[in-house]
Amino acid sequence: MPSMTMIQAINQGLRTAMQQDSCVVMLGEDVGKNGGVFRATDGLQAEFGENRVFDTPLAESGIVGASVGLAVNGMKPVAEIQFLGFIYETMDQIASQAARLRFRSQGRYHVPMVIRAPFGGGVRTPELHADSLEALFLHTPGLKVVMPSTPYDAKGLLLAAIQDPDPVLFLEPMNLYRAWREEVPEAYYEVPIGQAKIVHKGDDITLVAWGPTVPMALEAAQQMQEHHKVSCEVIDLRTIAPMDTETVLTSVQRTGRAVIIHEAVKHGGAGAEVISQIQEHAFLSMQAPVLRVTGYDTPYPAPSIEDFWLPSVARIMDAVHKTVSY
Amino acid sequence: MLTKTIADHYPLVSVLDEHGAICGTLPDLSSEQWIGLYAWMVKARAFDQKMINLQRQGRVGTYAPFSGQEAAQIGSFAALDQRDWITTSYRELAGLMYHGLPIEQAMLVSMGHPDAGNMPGHLNIFPIQIIIAAQLLHAVGTAWASKLKGEGSISVTYFGDGATSEGDFHEALNLASVQQIPVIFFCQNNQWAISLPASKQMATPTIAQKATAYGIEGVRVDGNDVLAVYQVMKTAVQRARRGEGPTLIEAVTYRLGSHSTADDPTRYRDHAEWKEWKENRDPLNRYRTFLQHQGLWHEEMERDIQDQAKQEIEAAVVKAESLPKAVPTTVFDHVFETMPKRFVQQKEEMQRYM
Repeated sequence: MPSMTMIQAINQGLRTAMQQDSCVVMLGEDVGKNGGVFRATDGLQAEFGENRVFDTPLAESGIVGASVGLAVNGMKPVAEIQFLGFIYETMDQIASQAARLRFRSQGRYHVPMVIRAPFGGGVRTPELHADSLEALFLHTPGLKVVMPSTPYDAKGLLLAAIQDPDPVLFLEPMNLYRAWREEVPEAYYEVPIGQAKIVHKGDDITLVAWGPTVPMALEAAQQMQEHHKVSCEVIDLRTIAPMDTETVLTSVQRTGRAVIIHEAVKHGGAGAEVISQIQEHAFLSMQAPVLRVTGYDTPYPAPSIEDFWLPSVARIMDAVHKTVSY
Repeated sequence: MLTKTIADHYPLVSVLDEHGAICGTLPDLSSEQWIGLYAWMVKARAFDQKMINLQRQGRVGTYAPFSGQEAAQIGSFAALDQRDWITTSYRELAGLMYHGLPIEQAMLVSMGHPDAGNMPGHLNIFPIQIIIAAQLLHAVGTAWASKLKGEGSISVTYFGDGATSEGDFHEALNLASVQQIPVIFFCQNNQWAISLPASKQMATPTIAQKATAYGIEGVRVDGNDVLAVYQVMKTAVQRARRGEGPTLIEAVTYRLGSHSTADDPTRYRDHAEWKEWKENRDPLNRYRTFLQHQGLWHEEMERDIQDQAKQEIEAAVVKAESLPKAVPTTVFDHVFETMPKRFVQQKEEMQRYM
């Protein structure tokens, strides 16, 4: 089995989808000849031609709006928004159009499209390239929101997203694109959307993370075990919407404690929804308030500041200490 | 100055002058088709008036009248095939009904019934669009898919002058142009974006001339001249089907009524302007005069057409009002193909309070 980075797994997943289904088309800024600014679509135009992989003009609303029409008329568009921070340009086409068309047409039409977008901090990008905006879309009925944290999950979730009959926002943590390699099957496989994964078993506290904060949570879990004999269970949510609350609830009912970790700003973030589910369904199991380790409630800062703004292993460990000693 | 010079390249295409006299080339239509267009314009006008009356009686909600724009809509839809993809705003019910949208379903749009958006299965019509200009991109996409699949269908998108100020207008025309997509952008320039006149929306004398900037075909047509509209639409459709790319059509018309039943145009519109369009440029009067000159119109026929329209509309009102009430819990049924678990619980909760 070949060993791949996440970006290679995404590229391989897109190739697999295009080989399998001639209705799958790619469109976005620089996705064709250049193969995408991160090389996610590298070689696809050469292999499948300019009628399957389109370099579009710089028009985010146009990319998503045209994809709605493509999808309704039988294609399976995979659109790339170059950075998630640019997605505000196309909020209407995503939230009011793609996500609502099944509803507005009483099921006459549906929009099987995928919007891929890199995001996340720690890679010293210019302004508005790093923002984590998953909560905007969690709050939008009709959308699915997926966020892988490993090469294997990235390919499997991407193939599931392309196969999905509803619009899926596929968010790719760019600091994990080339962070490590792991074995990824060359064949077609899907990782089901809407299923969280326990990535580290533990008994004392549950850490819930997604995307770029999963490796950080795992590192914190290891240090807590080694230095403080605290056993952390780590859950990778993998899908933000629909959220797999069962896996989270089953875990916290056992551990009685939880810390939620995400890069997005704290206020109104997806972590608040996780906590709300816990207090609604597992209130009597809890031994301590659920804490959050997140970005601060400010715009995403300049690169020289971002390390102090983002969640860190140290901040996670402090939150775990506070929770277990409550 | 350059803007004015460019505008000169987009002269107003007419077939009938304001008095219904022939001033251009008549399209190749039979006398039955000529009369058919008239009967539809009459029916559309009657529908519009009925809807306004029903709104005043509290039997329908907010409604966007289209009186004055019948020729632009009926004339252009007459050049389309059933297989073509159509995305419209909320002011194109005349054209949509001509195309096959049942009259009672057209009424549902303003009756607050969710089935309004469930377009008939044999027609490729999108639910009417609320967000200004969003539908232009959808038509670019459906037409793009037709092109990729090698189908002969084209797409048409309808919008008003107000939509030309939106970003999506630019993105749609540019994308369609650069990819040579078989889509027609049909703008009904009714002169007013609610209270904002065209002169305060743009510094260009015409909308058609914006085609120059995109390197696509542009046409300016008298939107109150049903035959001219049909003519230019037919040409644009043929071009699109031949793979010759998109066309921007500006149909110059006038909204005789209010923007919607919720506003009062006397607050912002000059009465003399309205009077001029109402008395001298009504598309129905002009076309009726033409038919009369052709010996194709007489009082008895007018009565028949009016009676027929009235009957159909009254029957549609009965049908629309006797439809079973919308079932509230169906809101959960068409959000995703597979209902998320939390929906099941929320649906049960809603049910308990019904």
